[in-house]
Amino acid sequence: MELNVLMYLVPAIVMFGCGVYGFLTRKNMIAIMISLELMLNAVDINFVVFNRYLFPGQMEGMMFTLFAIAIAAAETALALAIIINVYRAVRNVDISEISKLKF
Amino acid sequence: MPFSYSIAVVALPLLMFLVLGLLDDRLGRRTAGVIGTVAMLVTTVLAYGVALTYFFGTGQGQIVDGIRQTVTVWNPAWLTFTEDLVVRMGIALDPIAAMMLVVITTVSLMVHLYSLGYMSNHEGEPEKGYQRYYAFLGLFTFSMLGLVVATNIFQVFIFFEMVGVSSYLLIGFYYTSPAAVHASKKAFIVTRLADLFFLLGILILSFYTGTFDFESLVGTGGAAARVAQGSAHGGTFMGISIMAWALTFIFIGGAGKSAMYPLHIWLPDAMEGPTPVSALIHAATMVVAGVYLVAKLFPLYVLEQGAMDVIAVVGAFTAFYAAAIACTQSDIKRALAFSTISQIAFMMTSLAVSSSDVALAVSPSDALIEIHGGRGLGYMASMFHLFTHAMFKALLFLCAGAIIHAVGSNENSAMHGLHKHMPITSIAFLIGCLAIAGIPPFAGFWSKDEILVACYAKGLGWGLWMTMVAGLTAFYMFRLYLLIFFWSDHKQHGHHAPADAHWTMTVPLIILAAISVVAGFVPAHDMVTWDGKPLHTQLDWTVAGSSVLVACLGIGLAWRLYYKENDAPERMKAAASGLWTAAYHRFYMDELYQFITHKVIFQCVSKPIAWFDRKVIDGTMNLMGTVTQYCAAMVRPLQSGKVQAYVLTYLIGALVLAAALIACVLI
Amino acid sequence: MESVGNILVYCVVALVIIVCSVLTVTTRKILRSATYLLFTLFATAILYFQLDYPLLGAVQIAVYAGGIVVLFVFAILLTHKPGEDADALKTHRRVLGSVAALLTVALLGGALFTFAPLCGKALPADMADVSIENIGHFLLSTDKFGYLLPFEAISVLLLACIIGGVVIARRR
Repeated sequence: MELNVLMYLVPAIVMFGCGVYGFLTRKNMIAIMISLELMLNAVDINFVVFNRYLFPGQMEGMMFTLFAIAIAAAETALALAIIINVYRAVRNVDISEISKLKF
Repeated sequence: MPFSYSIAVVALPLLMFLVLGLLDDRLGRRTAGVIGTVAMLVTTVLAYGVALTYFFGTGQGQIVDGIRQTVTVWNPAWLTFTEDLVVRMGIALDPIAAMMLVVITTVSLMVHLYSLGYMSNHEGEPEKGYQRYYAFLGLFTFSMLGLVVATNIFQVFIFFEMVGVSSYLLIGFYYTSPAAVHASKKAFIVTRLADLFFLLGILILSFYTGTFDFESLVGTGGAAARVAQGSAHGGTFMGISIMAWALTFIFIGGAGKSAMYPLHIWLPDAMEGPTPVSALIHAATMVVAGVYLVAKLFPLYVLEQGAMDVIAVVGAFTAFYAAAIACTQSDIKRALAFSTISQIAFMMTSLAVSSSDVALAVSPSDALIEIHGGRGLGYMASMFHLFTHAMFKALLFLCAGAIIHAVGSNENSAMHGLHKHMPITSIAFLIGCLAIAGIPPFAGFWSKDEILVACYAKGLGWGLWMTMVAGLTAFYMFRLYLLIFFWSDHKQHGHHAPADAHWTMTVPLIILAAISVVAGFVPAHDMVTWDGKPLHTQLDWTVAGSSVLVACLGIGLAWRLYYKENDAPERMKAAASGLWTAAYHRFYMDELYQFITHKVIFQCVSKPIAWFDRKVIDGTMNLMGTVTQYCAAMVRPLQSGKVQAYVLTYLIGALVLAAALIACVLI
Repeated sequence: MESVGNILVYCVVALVIIVCSVLTVTTRKILRSATYLLFTLFATAILYFQLDYPLLGAVQIAVYAGGIVVLFVFAILLTHKPGEDADALKTHRRVLGSVAALLTVALLGGALFTFAPLCGKALPADMADVSIENIGHFLLSTDKFGYLLPFEAISVLLLACIIGGVVIARRR
């Protein structure tokens, strides 16, 4: 039995679906960020797998993943800073409470 | 006295208005009254000085070659719209302006003095707004003086409106009384309607002649040229020349102020104001503004005989109509008001009939160049009557005020037999009545006689009609006099007997009575003629004799019916009950107006328009608003601020795009 | 043929990824959610190792597992009381999320299975040199396939994030 593209991508798809589900259903902002990380991660896997299987002689996919991880880290750090700041203001991290830009 | 003093004559009442109006309650009641009266006294002295200088002085350009000139004292540009369109504000003296200065300041001074006593209390309480009253009197006097010395017709219009406003303010002086409020509104609306026509007339006139100034409109050589120019440019409208339209419109403006039929309805109601105000505004000065206006433009009217005929017919009819109503009124102020209407109609008619003899004398083209001596008697008579009437009618109103003050009612049924209680007032009133009835040598005789001469000159019918009205005048005035002062001696007058009033009130009566006796000897024919040339008049014994006879007949009839209490008036009333009731109700003119405004205009015009405005215009606006609001309400949830909703929308879009992409690739 | 070990590793990794992903978004305890995320990320890192990208695997562990998850844990501890459960989800919310997720999965899966035959079967043996030295050269090179510009852009981005994070989180 060979491990092919399909087999690597199925977990990635499931992971992406979970990310979508979590993003749409969770009310906790940190949980939403976690779902976002899941989706990002699923995309990273995509890049790597396609790079490895289809274009083994090049490294664009890998590099993309590398940068994506860096950006994800930056984005998470910033997002968490904002969430903590919001929490300080309203003592809550519930996304449904925060529908106004100014409070 | 230099004519520049006339600026002070006009400015002083304005200053009084500002001072009294602005200080208001900060001034004591008595102080305000005394300040106003003293200022008015100064104004009067100055005005007499100016007028006497104008008539009898020399060296200031009053008379050139035996013709009285219009002297422009001061005429600065006020509004400069364009090079050609300049509105000026200024002071010009001509014979009638100088005469009006005397009339206005005299009556105004008398009223100021009289009001010191009359207005000191109202129904037993100290009058509130005493200062306000004197401020308004100042405003009115200023406006009226500004009107008569106007240099151009636009200035006349402005001051026309201002006298309207002061009249409105003073009629509604007792603003807590609904009747006064209604009366002031009525006066304002009716005169405003008339002023609309006046403005239209001014606009047409000045558009086609290119000027507002009296000097260029009616000055030497002006009128004929202007009329020719206007007619040439304007042509005709509905078969009548455009100038005739303009002049008729201007007359309608004057008719509104001068209470000519059918615009007279406000004047009787205006009697709700304080009586001295009625004497000043609604008897002596403001109501003659219309006559004055026509007189000012007389050279133009001469050339448009059609407009003059309208005035003559309206005047003659109004004179009779108002006199007939005056015979039935029980409210003494209203009777006097109708008498005023009748007398003003005399003046109007006189003006109108005189134009024909002027016009007949000369061909229209050179009407003013070929000045024909001895014509224009009616003009002179009209102005003379304006002068004498102002004096004796002010006297009658002030007497009525004194009576009302003493009795506390306007109805003559509350009076009767006051002669022995109020002898001074009674004699003054009698002098006024004799003057208005045209008994020599009192003032009214001389002026009315000349009016009648002018009417006979127009035609026998006119003369007879006006003589008949003069007889009616004598009748209703003596009916009034006898019902107030005689009829019955046994009348109970409340708990204290009425008596002659305080000296501030009786002195004006005595002064005005004296003037009413001697005013007829003023040589008006030398002073106020339409072309500035002296007129050579002599008493026409036929006319004078017949008019005195008719007046005596009227007086005699009144004496027979009303001197002693009897049932003859009641029997007469019963015999002609329909006629009497109709006259008592002023021939239902007010009801007609009510019907027209409420039933016709409000119901048939205003209501549909209001409906259209509310339903269609507002409805369209509301519909637009509602639709916008509805759309906004539909769109608004998209911007809920809920991040997950945004993401869901985004996801759906992404999925659709992805599906489309895949489908494209597969196909 | 693949080695049995390889297949076994794949099976474990795939299972961990699927199970932990699902648990991440379904557990009601937020700290557990972060932990399951950690497991998922570890599994992903193993996937990268298996696909012969050692640097990527190392970065995944160092940055994601070591950095981001720790940040999450800090944030959770700062904003939650210990032992606090999230409220149970409302049914309509859960149904909506499930439908959206399933639709996504179905679409992507459909696409995947449609296009999978186009891809090669076996893992190609020869591949680019992905030694750390080589990657380092590429990152700082300005040649074709050089990544200096994105690298510097990322540097600026990170700097901006540091400053932004400090400014936002600073107590006022």
